[in-house]
Amino acid sequence: MAPTPKPQTSGQPLDVQRIRADFPILRQRVHGDRPLVYLDNAATSQKPQAVIDALTTYYTEYNANVHRALHYLGERATAGYEAVRGIIARFIGAPEDGVVIFTRGTTESINLVARTWGPDQVQAGDTIIATGMEHHSNLVPWQMLCQERGAKLKLVPVNDDGTLDLTAYTEYLTDRTRLVAVTHVSNVLGTVNPVREMAQRAHAVGARVLVDAAQSVPYMPVNVADLEADFFVFSGHKCGGPTGAGVCWARRELAEAMPPFMGGGEMIERVHDDHATWAEVPYKFEAGTPSIADVIALGAALEYLEGIGMEAIHAYEQKLTAYAIGALARLPGVRVFGKAPERGGAVSFDVAGLHPHDLSQYVDQQGIAIRAGHLCAQPLMRRLGVPAVSRASLAYYNTTGEIDALVAAIGKAQHFFGHG
Amino acid sequence: MDDLDQLYQDLILDHYKQPRHRQALADKDVSAEAENPLCGDQLRLAVEVDGNCVRSIRHDGKGCAISQASASMMSETLTGKPVAEVRALLGDFIAAMRDEREFDSAWPDEWLALQGVKKFPLRVKCATLAWHALNRALDKQGSS
Ligand SMILES: Cc1ncc(COP(=O)(O)O)c(C=O)c1O
Repeated sequence: MAPTPKPQTSGQPLDVQRIRADFPILRQRVHGDRPLVYLDNAATSQKPQAVIDALTTYYTEYNANVHRALHYLGERATAGYEAVRGIIARFIGAPEDGVVIFTRGTTESINLVARTWGPDQVQAGDTIIATGMEHHSNLVPWQMLCQERGAKLKLVPVNDDGTLDLTAYTEYLTDRTRLVAVTHVSNVLGTVNPVREMAQRAHAVGARVLVDAAQSVPYMPVNVADLEADFFVFSGHKCGGPTGAGVCWARRELAEAMPPFMGGGEMIERVHDDHATWAEVPYKFEAGTPSIADVIALGAALEYLEGIGMEAIHAYEQKLTAYAIGALARLPGVRVFGKAPERGGAVSFDVAGLHPHDLSQYVDQQGIAIRAGHLCAQPLMRRLGVPAVSRASLAYYNTTGEIDALVAAIGKAQHFFGHG
Repeated sequence: MDDLDQLYQDLILDHYKQPRHRQALADKDVSAEAENPLCGDQLRLAVEVDGNCVRSIRHDGKGCAISQASASMMSETLTGKPVAEVRALLGDFIAAMRDEREFDSAWPDEWLALQGVKKFPLRVKCATLAWHALNRALDKQGSS
């Protein structure tokens, strides 16, 4: 499938006030007329009007099932849905020899690979390598697969600065390594991992590489061809799209050799009384009626990001992240996690004597949404030596003023809980 | 009082900052553990039952102000009571936190102070963590 040409971007630094105007939710005031400060973008992003409009237009103008309806609405829905594969391929710089499979999100994409590619390719005594900073969704499916197959799961240790221990990684790689599953950008530490270098080393021993790009696709320009990934997975809802639509990009030869994920409609070629043959890729993996509206709106979300330009978004977020880390680290008793030289906008921290849950509840009452907890990364929490952290995660529509508001609220919380 | 002050009433903050019956427990004394995966609260209880009476409740662990204060308040108000009564009260309190019954104005101030947590449904688990753990500890004592 030929990628659709990329729209022109201005190449200008982004104008945050103009961008904020595209997000109706950000105009809201909460908890007694306080402006909403949304700093939980790593959990899910807010949606620009263009995405909301895409959903509304679909439901008001061309709602129909895809691939089966031979009528006007069905053809329009199918065309809209299928066009998004090209938008995605272009957005992630996918090489020609791959397929875009629609899923519900990162978690489903990883489970798809673990359950279809995994059982054939992973035998007793083989190893899968993941890392000590994976989200549970890029860890638990591999634990399950390894347990089923009698294979070993090894986690690359995390250094004190939040980078991966690449010496250990290289030692773990053997000709029994079947897969390396690594997050591109950590949702806790922000670390941008050297995926290309890791993939090259993995390929040198014949292993495949799955990149969890849930946090990188919304944050920086990505190029699957450069990264040399075999599987590249992400969630639309973290990129401005609706929940319910995500992506599993896979190399075509791997996808073709994989059995279907679920059985049902859409994924078949021919159904006999007692058996069936499978549709070609990617349809083999898309049983049942998909999230049509959500996929179409994901296309609108990626086009919206392209309109701003991922380079501009990345540059802006880097500045904002540095500002946030500086401001938080200056607060007494605050420890910021993740000091990797290259890092994304997830800023996790700990406030001495103040439990993250109390902190997030307190700042919420000031209108500020941050996240508290283990962030679906319990092994990493153990490595950091904390039961939970607080996390502010930034997006291109956040401002330095919002970070100042967070810092002021943390100061007040320290006072309130008697540690200020 | 705004919602936040209701959630973190002075009495709760007092128990959080100066927890009663809190003490580092030896592993062998621990009779129940509880974890709230949502916020990473971890709580351990050491319960001693003497005949029909809950003679002592001690706790340690890490957690948010609500979970820690609640453990302290529970230990303070239930120590010394007969097991059967403690069981009934645990059930009543948990039911009240889940909005399945009214808070009883005759209950100790500490319990009433925790009412404010009901406004924050995600935190109800924090407030009842110790209470569920005590229930389990008593189950174990009953069966051994
Ligand atoms: C790095 C990473 N991987 C995977 C996930 C899971 O994404 P989802 O819940 O959309 O499947 C997340 C999001 O929480 C994430 O941050």
